[in-house]
Amino acid sequence: MQDEPTPTELVHAVADFLRNDIAPLISGHQAFKLRVGINALDLVVRQLTQAAGADAAELARLKDLLGEDGALLDLNRMLAQQIASGALDLATPGLKEHLWQTTLAKLAVDQPNYASYKREAGRDTDVS
Amino acid sequence: MIETELSRCVAAFMPGATGVRDAAKLSGGASQETWRFDIVHPAGDVGAILRRSPKGYGAAPGRAAGLDNEAALMRLASAAGVPSPEVLHVLRPEDDLGTGFIMRRVEGETIARKILRDAEFAAARPRLARQLGGIAAGIHGIARAALPALREMNATKEIAELRREYQSFDWPRPVFDLALRWLEQNDPGPSTEITLVHGDFRNGNLIIGPDGVRAVLDWELAHLGDPMEDLGWICVNSWRFGEIDKPVGGFGPREELFAGYEAAGRKVDASRVKFWEVMGTLRWGVMCCGMMQRFRIGPDHSMERAMIGRRASETEIDLLRLLAPRGEG
Repeated sequence: MQDEPTPTELVHAVADFLRNDIAPLISGHQAFKLRVGINALDLVVRQLTQAAGADAAELARLKDLLGEDGALLDLNRMLAQQIASGALDLATPGLKEHLWQTTLAKLAVDQPNYASYKREAGRDTDVS
Repeated sequence: MIETELSRCVAAFMPGATGVRDAAKLSGGASQETWRFDIVHPAGDVGAILRRSPKGYGAAPGRAAGLDNEAALMRLASAAGVPSPEVLHVLRPEDDLGTGFIMRRVEGETIARKILRDAEFAAARPRLARQLGGIAAGIHGIARAALPALREMNATKEIAELRREYQSFDWPRPVFDLALRWLEQNDPGPSTEITLVHGDFRNGNLIIGPDGVRAVLDWELAHLGDPMEDLGWICVNSWRFGEIDKPVGGFGPREELFAGYEAAGRKVDASRVKFWEVMGTLRWGVMCCGMMQRFRIGPDHSMERAMIGRRASETEIDLLRLLAPRGEG
């Protein structure tokens, strides 16, 4: 077992230091790059915080949809193939709901300020 | 110093020019660069832009029209009434600057978020969707006989190319499969009319002033194809920069784009435009994934590239909003 502080806490602390203490000192293209770097660290914190729960829910939905057991990546490959072949489509019960929930969970980590995400995340979760 | 070659070059094509100053690189990857500089002239300095592939990078990558073609297209567009920077000179081997061209610098704003936010463009913004319709019509009206040799694309080929690229990433994205399936089932077939297509006609590739559109830039992806492609691409949500209820670049509704297009004497096929909007959304998503690949395997190991990979999911939510919407708006 690794000791504390956790990776989340460490990355969070570094991001805050860069944001609060370093960013004000830098200008021009380097400031732009620093902002991209801080955004990347913030993304990592969100992923470390949210991925376990989102992945577990996604895996449970995939098992239901596909009637198969397996790893998250393998079941996603299977789902992709079945959509590509037409075996599953938007008329398949649960597919639309699954794609929405999975995509919203990705955006919550990747780009929570994206306008389409903010619009959709604010909706009632009933998508049937 | 690039100023040495530029000074010799401008003296050769612009009578009276005595040299250049303040050359600065604006952007540049390994194969293509953009420089700004001023041509020193007794009648008053001339602001200029150089677009070039440095020596040794002559060949255009897959989809690119090539810099010589870009210059020819900008001259044709200008003659057709499309706002375009004046091409002053196409580079020759003796210029020793690589391949490319020099154009007159057009003052104005290209950064989409500033155009959508800053007060100085407030009066122009509500007019832009319609104006862009007229400009697209101008591009599509250029006589084919006048055009340089360009690749010809159609929907079926584009779907196959996107599928191949997506599969090459070997990373499952069920929403992309849903979009590819939809595109195949809704492929409208070959367009009855094949025209010049700008290929990257969007907010971000326009110079805007308080008076409206001053120039259309970036002809790199120009090709022959379905003119509705340009109208679909400018509506892709990624180019609305947060103004998601104004489909045309964040400026206004599709109806105004279409009205401007038809007022210029051309016909809109709204269902084809929608088809190309879905295609364009997927295309930008695939391009984001491509950036991630280049970050991982290529020489450009930059954070920016890596982070663009994490923007592919933006196109997934936009594809779902187009193909599997959950409610109104």
